[in-house]
Amino acid sequence: MQKILFVDQEKCTGCRLCEIACSVHHERVSNTSRARIHIVKWEMSGLYVPMFCQQCDTPICETVCPMNAVKRDDKTGALLINKDLCVGCKLCVMFCPFGGVGIGKNREILKCDLCDGDPICVKFCIPSALQYIDANTINLRKKRVAAGRLTELMKKLLDVSI
Amino acid sequence: MYLLYNHLPPGIDPLSPENILLIGTGLLTGIPALGSGRCDIAAKSPITGGIGDSNIGGFFAPELRMAGFDHLVITGKAEKPVYLWIHDEEIEILDASYLWGEDTFKTQSHIRSEHGDEEIKSLVIGPAGENLVKFANIRTGMKNSAGRTGMGCVMGSKNLKAIAARGNLDIEFANPVELLDYCKEMIDMVMKNRYSRAASKWGTLIIYSTTNTTGLIRTRNFQLNQLEQGWDIEPEEMDKYTIGMSGCFGCPVSCRHRYVLKEGAFAPIFAEGPEYTSLGAFGTMVDCKSMETILVANHLVNKYGIDTLETGGLIAWAMELYEKGILTEEMTEGLRLEWGNEDVVLELIRKITFREGALANILADGFKIAIDKFGEESKYYAIEVKGMSNLHSDERPTPSLALGITTSTRGADHLRGRPAIDLYGLPKDFLEEIYGGPMSSDYRSYDGKPRMVYWQEILYAVTDSLGTCKFQTVFLAVHAPKWEEFTKLIKLVSGMEYTVPQLMEIGERIYTLERMFNNREGFSRKDDRLPERYFKEATPIGLPRIRDRKIDKEKFEKMLDEYYTLYGWDENGIPTEKTIQKLGLIKEQSPIL
Repeated sequence: MQKILFVDQEKCTGCRLCEIACSVHHERVSNTSRARIHIVKWEMSGLYVPMFCQQCDTPICETVCPMNAVKRDDKTGALLINKDLCVGCKLCVMFCPFGGVGIGKNREILKCDLCDGDPICVKFCIPSALQYIDANTINLRKKRVAAGRLTELMKKLLDVSI
Repeated sequence: MYLLYNHLPPGIDPLSPENILLIGTGLLTGIPALGSGRCDIAAKSPITGGIGDSNIGGFFAPELRMAGFDHLVITGKAEKPVYLWIHDEEIEILDASYLWGEDTFKTQSHIRSEHGDEEIKSLVIGPAGENLVKFANIRTGMKNSAGRTGMGCVMGSKNLKAIAARGNLDIEFANPVELLDYCKEMIDMVMKNRYSRAASKWGTLIIYSTTNTTGLIRTRNFQLNQLEQGWDIEPEEMDKYTIGMSGCFGCPVSCRHRYVLKEGAFAPIFAEGPEYTSLGAFGTMVDCKSMETILVANHLVNKYGIDTLETGGLIAWAMELYEKGILTEEMTEGLRLEWGNEDVVLELIRKITFREGALANILADGFKIAIDKFGEESKYYAIEVKGMSNLHSDERPTPSLALGITTSTRGADHLRGRPAIDLYGLPKDFLEEIYGGPMSSDYRSYDGKPRMVYWQEILYAVTDSLGTCKFQTVFLAVHAPKWEEFTKLIKLVSGMEYTVPQLMEIGERIYTLERMFNNREGFSRKDDRLPERYFKEATPIGLPRIRDRKIDKEKFEKMLDEYYTLYGWDENGIPTEKTIQKLGLIKEQSPIL
């Protein structure tokens, strides 16, 4: 199955290395407002949520694009924008429910392309909050994490120590 | 440093409009590695009367660069409270009357609300800076502080409540493609170190486990060198309170806790930290064995904008004076300054911030003035150098660390030239290869140690100037990026080519210029001194190798001589004409500014 860019919010430390690496990789400069990924923070409550394009199965950006410029890459599953077709109407920016599409310095559309199957943000995410993994493995992995918490309760209920 | 040296005439009052406040980002600020979110804040220090300089992480520095500014030089004084609003190549001076009196957290939130932009990053002062507490600091985010030398006090004296930045501009690089690859290499190099990986879990608190077991932590001000039964403030205790770690801009380590206190008189609290420093400030030095008290105290000093170390150092000193009868209950206005009295510690943090009551009002002026007020006898118990408090580390068994706190240009300090790796007892040839000269591998020895301090000082001076984090160079980790790696990063970022000796000379130039600034203010060898207790009282407890150690005065003076020679300064600690010329410095103030 295709890999997906997966985020484990609890592991994010808010260091923004993903943003800087993304910006240097794609824009050749350090400019976090041009990065395709952004860690949205509620700094005073200590909550950090990395936000980026979800590469939706029913992409709203594709639906609203009047020029049919949004196409899915067969290999990576990333939604890409065909610059030759794009007229810069920015409907995709306005309609995306996740803020996954942005506007560049020259008003071009900025969007995560999964770095052609080797996302730079994942490489720079040391706490492994960002992972690029096979979609098949996610279900069981999430269940194990949740079950891990349940076992803590079970230990208390059954009064056992494992 | 160049700007400070050339802008300020000697002898000015640090709190007068003549003082300047410098905010400087570095060449590497904003790169994807090494905790590149740092800038340096400098002015003449209201604590020492010499150079004031404090480095701060977080997210402000890259935001300032992305707003189009590398350096800010703030002169004069505003008539009423103001703050600077810096955005995409513009600077506005805005009214801060409504922010005056607010704590450091609310000030940042209010500025974000005012502009409707949650991405704004600000340097702010709290009530301590407004009340001109001499060791008030400048803060950003939940935890980052330019803590030392009273930069918040200078900011308060200028009626400047905050500097807010928001930018959408590019930070450009000479060779971005190679830079990105090399930054990944740097991150891997840093994370290969066991220290970095441990710090990712417990932060700088991890240092406590070894230093307290060994007996290198000053306890009850300076009476003991180990907190006995101090297990309740072991780093693992934080597991009860933490909700995860938090990192500065561009940092792979993420060395601070985000923690929550749900119970207690001050609850609920969400805060970040504490650092190893606060374990000492509100733990060992005042003999409190409660992690909760430390967590509350850490939150309060951050909220009020006051240096954790100086506050704890002064309270511990006051407690010893109280014990010795130098401070009477009349002078403390009924406060019982007994060891381990947690309520008094927390109460004093607030009182010092608001200068409430005679005792707190004196302590708020720092060691120099307080010693004058409490009398000559009190001086013996003050663990300070150049008027600034030392960390809660006990350097009596370790001459290299002791030398570092005395030669530090900004006053007693562990972040200026501490050769922490000396404690590891590394092989002699390995140490000599790093430091480039003969030396003993025994941390209790005096042999060759001046070279260690000299080398660390110039390395830290360069690291601070570059805008990256000291913990990601040779500080606590041995195999960390240093000269070679910095020259490569500088080339990839700017295209400028430096050799390692050239970069080291830049470090010498920075530190010599700091020295010249201090000389001009009357500092010399007489100020590079240790508190008398280091020579007179031996360490009472700890491991056998650490116990019963004190500093030998004669050998210490010899270390100073050696140290001055390495820099090319005379026996009085003043740079010679030849050295000044060699480094391309000019003694006279530059007429350009």
